[in-house]
Amino acid sequence: MAEAAAKKRKFRGVVVIKPERCKGCEICVSFCPTGAISMSTKFNSKGYHYPEFSNPDKCTGCGLCGMYCPDFAIYGYREKIEE
Amino acid sequence: MAEIKWTTADPKGVLTGAHYIDGNHAACEGALAAGCRFAAGYPITPSTEVVERFAARIPLVGGMFIQMEDEIASSICLQGAVWAGLKAMTVTSGPGFSLMMEHIGFAAMTETPCVFVNVQRGGPSTGTPTLPAQGDMQQARWGSHGDYETILISPSSPQECFEFIIDAFNLAEIYRVPVMFMMDECVGHMTEKVVIPEPEKIKVVERRWTDKKPGEYLPYQPDPEDLVPYMVKAGDGYRFHITGLTHDERGYPAATDVEIHNNLVRRLCEKITKNAHKIWKWEEKDTDDCDILILSYGISARVALRGIELAKERKGIKVGLFRLIVVWPMPEQRIIELAEKVKAIIVPELNIRAQVAREIERIVKGRCPVIPLGHAGAGVHNPEDIYNAIVEAAK
Amino acid sequence: MSTTLRENPVEQFLRTDRMPHIWCPGCGIGTSVNCFARAVLECGIDLDKLCIVSGIGCTGRVAGYLRLDSFHTTHGRAIPFATGLKLANPDLHVVVYSGDGDLAAIGGNHLIHAARRNIDITVICVNNFNYGMTGGQVAPTTHHEKVATTTPYGDPEYPFNLPDLAASCGAVFVARWTTYHVVQLTKTLVKALNKKGFSFVEILAPCPTLYLRRNKLGTSVDLMKYFKEKSVIKHGANTKEVGLETYDKEIIVGEFVDIDKPDYLDNYNEIMKKRLGDKFQPWGR
Repeated sequence: MAEAAAKKRKFRGVVVIKPERCKGCEICVSFCPTGAISMSTKFNSKGYHYPEFSNPDKCTGCGLCGMYCPDFAIYGYREKIEE
Repeated sequence: MAEIKWTTADPKGVLTGAHYIDGNHAACEGALAAGCRFAAGYPITPSTEVVERFAARIPLVGGMFIQMEDEIASSICLQGAVWAGLKAMTVTSGPGFSLMMEHIGFAAMTETPCVFVNVQRGGPSTGTPTLPAQGDMQQARWGSHGDYETILISPSSPQECFEFIIDAFNLAEIYRVPVMFMMDECVGHMTEKVVIPEPEKIKVVERRWTDKKPGEYLPYQPDPEDLVPYMVKAGDGYRFHITGLTHDERGYPAATDVEIHNNLVRRLCEKITKNAHKIWKWEEKDTDDCDILILSYGISARVALRGIELAKERKGIKVGLFRLIVVWPMPEQRIIELAEKVKAIIVPELNIRAQVAREIERIVKGRCPVIPLGHAGAGVHNPEDIYNAIVEAAK
Repeated sequence: MSTTLRENPVEQFLRTDRMPHIWCPGCGIGTSVNCFARAVLECGIDLDKLCIVSGIGCTGRVAGYLRLDSFHTTHGRAIPFATGLKLANPDLHVVVYSGDGDLAAIGGNHLIHAARRNIDITVICVNNFNYGMTGGQVAPTTHHEKVATTTPYGDPEYPFNLPDLAASCGAVFVARWTTYHVVQLTKTLVKALNKKGFSFVEILAPCPTLYLRRNKLGTSVDLMKYFKEKSVIKHGANTKEVGLETYDKEIIVGEFVDIDKPDYLDNYNEIMKKRLGDKFQPWGR
């Protein structure tokens, strides 16, 4: 079943994170509609936890994380899956 | 080598011929001849005729006038126009000038070339709206907070209102400073013959446009010779940043950097003080072998002429006149030379706190007595008072 | 993965050598910048002709972070500076990007007059309900009875209804969103940027460090959730009814005003042409 669903998907979501810009506000994680990202337990050099792309399979590439992020630290987009 | 590009006046703005107009109208014509194509103003007596004429003339010359909601708005609106590429001015008097102070500082900090015309009236506060004074001379230099330098020019006649406001625009462009054109109600409302020459006889300075390309251009990299940076305007692809914060050569804020702040503020002052000899402008009359020197500016220098005549006629006292046209920076060396020769320097001016006289005192450093001859304004000196001061000083 | 990772479209707008910016964690200003950048790209505006003018304050720093011709002016005076810029070169696309204190308190007079004149600029007002840069003082947008450092026992005043203020003064496009409504906000900014005349967009944004903390309203995430719950979208709403007097009131968001009328320069050129005839060359058209 899962395989069939994966086959149907022609697009996948991609999330790019710049940990050094992150200030750990958690808005991206809180408002991600599918729970594709979560806060890392790691710290950046300023001492903030930053998001990580923990569930790529869930990501639809809607890009909301990148629109919300006040620090320009995360960016999500949709990419065509090559056959 | 600093590149200053001189050209001649755009004929569209030049009303060549002889006119019978007052100083305010003449100042407007001078501004148009100098290439001023934008003015923002707010009505205030006794300056309003300058912008009234500008509002009538500019649609035909090609440019813009806007009456803003207050002087604060006017004094920043014109700077927007400058960064869009035009030469611009605002015109006001005492209370409006007080409101403009923050933006004089902004122009100084951002090195925005522009002209502030102040047709002085008596203060403090609302004071004497319809009558003259020269009580804003220190304010024009120091009114905005922090250290900066500016240039003050003071005309004595309508003809000079025309001619010297052209100097004001030219100096603003050369040194990228706000230049204060310090008129007074008397000169502003005095109607006389004003001769406007052919455009090709009017020398005008072009903006110091950079020859660098976007990417290699640094907005606040000074010319090593005269310490003035080169300019760009909005819309040309430079993607530059302008801020009133202390900034580095890129124009980026560096408001917590002591060294950058020190270097910037020193340069803003030194570009005037080190180039002062190129800015000075004054006129001397009978100073070769005078015993008493009258040192004045604007309408007071003109009134002093009669006092000087009286002293010569009645007592045979040799009196010279030293008239500052550029009131700041001052030609210190020449004033010192004269101070060493004369018995006293008398400084008539329309303020009672020796606003210019105290500068002379500082320069002269006791070489001879400096006698402030203040008048509170709302009128001009009686020439008899100047005569009496001369007689007293010559004793 | 065969492809290289794409860049956030906001990157090309940023002076990346100045990142990270000074805004606090969770501050809404950066979110508004994301929407603005996407809106500008969608409009297809020539970035070389786009000017950003800011006043002073947290939002006043936007100009300094955007890689455009950008002007960080004096407190409250972004609009008159923008007026000079636009009138001197009408080919420029001029956007004022500033905060509520800057635009509505010290700059309030300029806001109403620019709207009245219908100067062709877009004003983006990020409203975080207090003065952030100076440490959280009361603003003309602070909710009645909420706490600020200069109203430590609660604000006795009532806040401005900014959309109504702009609309009643003649703005041709007036809208309000919150930083929760990023998609809608982006679409609205496209309209505002394309609109000829004075357009005004208010963006409600969290100030977690000062306003939320002092008033015990939680984190930015909490406020965003609050925005989500309290907001009611009412396009075309009567602006008289969109005031935010108290914190618990519903937040009416949407595009309230979208009318057409000649801008300042249209009127100027028409009147001059009428009176001066062929002697007059239309300015900037």
